[in-house]
Amino acid sequence: MNIKLHYDVPGDDFTRAGEASGLVKRKLKQLGFEPDVVRRVAIAMYEGEINMVIHAGGGEADVEILPDRVTVVLTDHGPGIPDVEQAMQEGWSTAPDNVRSLGFGAGMGLPNIKKYSDTLEIDTKVGEGTALTMTILVKG
Amino acid sequence: MEQGRKSWTVGELAQAMGLETVVEGDSSREITGGYCGDLLSWVMGRAKEGDAWITVMGNVNAVAVAVLADAACILLAEDSPLDDEAKERALSQEVPVLRSGKDTFSLAVELGRLLGR
Ligand SMILES: Nc1ncnc2c1ncn2[C@@H]1O[C@H](COP(=O)(O)OP(=O)(O)O)[C@@H](O)[C@H]1O
Ligand SMILES: [Mg+2]
Repeated sequence: MNIKLHYDVPGDDFTRAGEASGLVKRKLKQLGFEPDVVRRVAIAMYEGEINMVIHAGGGEADVEILPDRVTVVLTDHGPGIPDVEQAMQEGWSTAPDNVRSLGFGAGMGLPNIKKYSDTLEIDTKVGEGTALTMTILVKG
Repeated sequence: MEQGRKSWTVGELAQAMGLETVVEGDSSREITGGYCGDLLSWVMGRAKEGDAWITVMGNVNAVAVAVLADAACILLAEDSPLDDEAKERALSQEVPVLRSGKDTFSLAVELGRLLGR
């Protein structure tokens, strides 16, 4: 099994953010992955999607599903992250108030992605964009 | 009311607590715990599968979070509204949405008693 999926994540549309992660979740369930693996992929990917919508004006998601791992790559052409270490801290957020009133912007997105994935790579350049590569391993 | 059972279905809980059913969804889902919170990332980081999620957030993102985090149901406190888009999403994804006029604390206490905590 080697399944590759691609999604566009539109910017400024909070209602559609989560569509891609929802579809991936359903797909992984159908394929018979452990509920814990499905959940970790879904949450990590959703946080990444939301970040692209809030902070980067949208982007793209590429998912590769293998029997022993799921890799999600999220790529955007937003402003980039000037200080990744700071961005990774729980509670650090530059999200605007209108985003907070929707329940986002708690500064827990990147920490959640780190928590739920087995490896996380952040490739970012100010003024050019950000690419997040997260891998969730199937243990057992 | 019968207390201290390990798990309740969403339907049973709604009846036991006298909750309004806003969206029925999969009312046979088992509730095995609870989580309170309105910050969505917080919920995704901390809530567990099978939790009844008590919140005042009734938007479409809350429904997405409930689905992704495998919450058993959304329980809207203080008569918080579920907006139209959220209702549509909950219907299509079969997420049970319940509602009460009580506040989060009171609902958590009641849920805790029912679950024997
Ligand atoms: N894709 C991105 N593009 C630009 N900046 C980002 C991106 N993702 C995260 N950030 C920055 O990192 C911060 C922390 O992100 P996160 O932990 O998800 O918290 P939140 O999204 O709630 O602000 C954001 O506030 C933002 O400044
Ligand atoms: Mg975020």
